[in-house]
Amino acid sequence: MSAEPICGADIVIRALVDQGVDVVFGYPGGAVLPIYDSLFKQNALRHILVRQEGGAVHAAEGYARSTGRVGVVLVTSGPGATNAVTGLTDALMDSVPIVCLTGQVPTHLIGNDAFQEADTTGITRPCTKHNYLVKDVADLARVLHEAFYVAKSGRPGPVVVDLPKDVLFAAGPYSGPEQAQHKSYRPQLHPDPARVAEAAALIVAARKPLFYGGGGLVNSGPEACARFTELVRTVDAPCTLTLMGLGAFPASDPHFLGMVGMHGLYESNMAMHGCDLLIAVGSRFDDRVTGRLNAFSPGSKKIHIDIDPSSINKNVRVDVPLLGDCAAVLGALLGECKTAPRPEGAARQAWWKEIDAWRARDCLRYDRARRDLIKPQYALERLYALTRDRDPFITTEVGQHQMWAAQFYKFDKPYHWMTSGGLGTMGYGLPAAMGVQVAHPGALVIDIAGEASILMNIQEMSTIAQYRLPVKAFILNNQYMGMVRQWQELLHGGRYSESYTAALPDFVKLAEAFGAKGMRVERPDELDDAIRAMIETPGAVVLDVAVDQTENCFPMIPSGAAHNEMLLGPADKAEQPVSEEGMVLV
Amino acid sequence: MTDNIERHTIAVLVDNEPGILARVVGLFSGRGYNIDSLTVAEVDRANRLSRITIVTSGTPMVIEQIKAQLSRLVPVHRVHDLTDEGPFVEREMALIKVVGRGEARIESLRIADIFRASVIDTTTESFVFELTGSAEKLNAFIALMEPLGLVEVSRTGAVAIARGPAKF
Ligand SMILES: Cc1ncc(C[n+]2csc(CCOP(=O)(O)OP(=O)(O)O)c2C)c(N)n1
Ligand SMILES: [Mg+2]
Repeated sequence: MSAEPICGADIVIRALVDQGVDVVFGYPGGAVLPIYDSLFKQNALRHILVRQEGGAVHAAEGYARSTGRVGVVLVTSGPGATNAVTGLTDALMDSVPIVCLTGQVPTHLIGNDAFQEADTTGITRPCTKHNYLVKDVADLARVLHEAFYVAKSGRPGPVVVDLPKDVLFAAGPYSGPEQAQHKSYRPQLHPDPARVAEAAALIVAARKPLFYGGGGLVNSGPEACARFTELVRTVDAPCTLTLMGLGAFPASDPHFLGMVGMHGLYESNMAMHGCDLLIAVGSRFDDRVTGRLNAFSPGSKKIHIDIDPSSINKNVRVDVPLLGDCAAVLGALLGECKTAPRPEGAARQAWWKEIDAWRARDCLRYDRARRDLIKPQYALERLYALTRDRDPFITTEVGQHQMWAAQFYKFDKPYHWMTSGGLGTMGYGLPAAMGVQVAHPGALVIDIAGEASILMNIQEMSTIAQYRLPVKAFILNNQYMGMVRQWQELLHGGRYSESYTAALPDFVKLAEAFGAKGMRVERPDELDDAIRAMIETPGAVVLDVAVDQTENCFPMIPSGAAHNEMLLGPADKAEQPVSEEGMVLV
Repeated sequence: MTDNIERHTIAVLVDNEPGILARVVGLFSGRGYNIDSLTVAEVDRANRLSRITIVTSGTPMVIEQIKAQLSRLVPVHRVHDLTDEGPFVEREMALIKVVGRGEARIESLRIADIFRASVIDTTTESFVFELTGSAEKLNAFIALMEPLGLVEVSRTGAVAIARGPAKF
């Protein structure tokens, strides 16, 4: 307890500092001016001034996901708060720990339609893990510490703290983060040992096991990923990862089959369809992963490790639920599996043979012979080849380029891949890259972008310029909302309604206008030099790569189809036209 | 696992803080769950805890989700599925206004007597009955009042508690 009462705004700053926060992404306005004044008078906290509040939340997400720490956002009331809603929803869907401080009109004006008033707690209730409205400065310090506890414990997520302006001016007591637990919220971290033994017995006895790791594994941390890797290797089982899980298991390890799901690899999806034991770890049987539910992995028993009880048995019935933190559960499982007697490996050998046959289909093949135009896959293969030894951080926007990035860029470690999975938010990648770069000033940070998506938050180029962040935007420019065009081709008779962008900016000039270096390539033989120039340029770069406008992203499980009904290329026509049920799916 | 629709009575102990009811109701509407009835009041003044009783219906998988989703709300302390956890008693109260004269009026009073409803307001042409019991009993009473001049019903929704000495 601090002896002297201090003003609410100073309490905010002190609480952030005591929580170990070193940077806040924000944008000022009337309701938060007291906090900005307190910020001005101190040096412990750095503030990154974004150009739109949506950018602040994505930047905080990039910061959080590349460090495993809580990302912090500060915005004003009304439009400041509503601009943050997309980012908050994104963070909720992908379980990213964020604390977002929003200004509010003074308590006596709440409910009066005051200038820049919005019902922020009402609006953000369904898109946050939890939110608070602080009406009394005496509660402020406790609530702030509690917000950090809630954001990062259990399944992480965004927390909003709404701060009326009078509370920021009022003087109140400060208390530190020592007792900052919520009075009742205690996620279960350690699994039931009987269930662990049951799961271990299934794993060692399985003939065709498959590990299926997701974002929860990354959220649990590097320790969980290391244990997961050791477990997969110990039992010599194949392993697949979701879009959110990439990096949790080394892509270079032969046990890795590649990403699973709608644009996952053939071998991954076939293995999921054909396995006799599926071990889901921090993954949530999302519809992008399962395809048609009644045909999903029909012959397997299922083990599900997750910290969130509501993820278990939500979409798919599982046989052995293991509630707890991935690191703790995997540690326990590893202990059991190491000491268990090895069954004879003949069945496992047969399983690997089956998998090798699927791998031999080479599902990511594309027309490599083209010399006249750049295939997007080729661009990503070259980007990977020329940047992999620099331990880069990759963010993406949303669309075909995102799926190609997931397929062609390989990650051996967690925290290096940031993409908007659950919400699929175009405009995520550039501000997220900015946040990553703030957290890792010396690192190579690349936003693999589509030309449509990047325009949704292009204003953040100005933030990038202000803080001299050497972010690289690698645009796969097909002049289309490629993913939309692909679906129109598949489901709507090729009627490309509004998916072509007729008046794109000149990205080179645009980069220059923001003080960055702009480059454009159109021919495959110029590509390597351009990528090298991009890496070698000390500051921010926009590399506009003109790619094949007609290329589609394969493999693909069409909506409403099962894992064994994948389309491998343009020549593959779906056996049956997409079902009516499939048509209505997103 | 069946796809049968089951009716469950769920008791939820929550922090009595602003917005908690909106959180619970928003969860049900946002995820498309049914609310047959919902009641709430503070039950522990010292610890500022409220008890919400929700009667809902859904397949077993949906009921399980409802409970898991409720437990996930930060201010929720405990979730109990009374229907699953053994014998429990459930009561609902209704205030029922019946308007009429003559034989219908006398008949409504007779039926009220059989149901042990009490008259808590009367004029020469109206009664307000207070009746407590299971939802079925209330439904039956209301149905009988229908032809006798029923004009208005106000119901509390169910409250429920487990039988026996065990504490929630
Ligand atoms: C904010 C937002 N609006 C709309 C969509 C729907 N959508 C998904 S992908 C896509 C096209 C993306 O185009 P581009 O960024 O050029 O990527 P490409 O698919 O061409 O690689 C659209 C419009 C979305 N995901 N997010
Ligand atoms: Mg495009």
